[in-house]
Amino acid sequence: MLAEALVLSAILFVIGTFGVLIRRNAIIMFLCVELQLNAVNLSFVALSRYLGIEGQIFVFFVMTVAAAEAAVGLAIIISIFRHYETVNVDNFNLLKW
Amino acid sequence: MADILFFVFAGTAVGGALGVVLQKNPVGSLLFMVGTLASVAGIFVLMEAHFLAAIQVMVYAGAIMVLFLFVIMLLNLGHDYKDDLKSGVGLFLAFAVTGAIGGLLARQFRGAEESPIMAHFPGPEGMDQLLAEQGAIGAIALPLFTDYVVAFELTGILLLVALVGAIVIAKRRV
Repeated sequence: MLAEALVLSAILFVIGTFGVLIRRNAIIMFLCVELQLNAVNLSFVALSRYLGIEGQIFVFFVMTVAAAEAAVGLAIIISIFRHYETVNVDNFNLLKW
Repeated sequence: MADILFFVFAGTAVGGALGVVLQKNPVGSLLFMVGTLASVAGIFVLMEAHFLAAIQVMVYAGAIMVLFLFVIMLLNLGHDYKDDLKSGVGLFLAFAVTGAIGGLLARQFRGAEESPIMAHFPGPEGMDQLLAEQGAIGAIALPLFTDYVVAFELTGILLLVALVGAIVIAKRRV
């Protein structure tokens, strides 16, 4: 089942990358980044079945970092929305306001 | 049986991921994402990673996705999706980059299970024995609180910093 899981992980990662590149809605781009993180988690777990429990511990840390990233990222999106009244990334072209 | 379940979960995971990317309504995207995360949790169970499957459902599909949903509804984004998908050069670039990454990844998994390096590691039988001795949570907890305890404590600091940072950034200026 290892090769199949790695293929699935690669497919999910590629779909996530495609989503980040193709969408303009900042929240959906965030969601696609989460999808990429999850694809990597899947390959960690699949490999940990063969290589030892450490893979699962890394997944634990990845999930924690993903939670922190979601909290800060969504706060930034809220802050940008207050200023521009939109979450379309084409409108964000300045680092200051 | 496990193989059939794996392919069922894999199908729903890929379908959900495509839904996330192609669905125009952000709320619909989010619900597809919850489906994908739940399918991946099912695959975790098939891989004997029971603890991770549980926190995948509780933390990811539960807490983080509800946070996203909360923000979408707070900002009232459910209906402004007129020109969300890129077209022209952006679309071409997306296909090119995605194709390149997919091609690079596709070269990696041929014969992963028969690779000579596998001989140095416990393999599924060794992992089953470890899980039978220590349980699904004990097997993770032991290395987490011994070998990786520094990383674990740093994770706590990271969460505190993220909490304070999120409050400071999202706070309405007075």
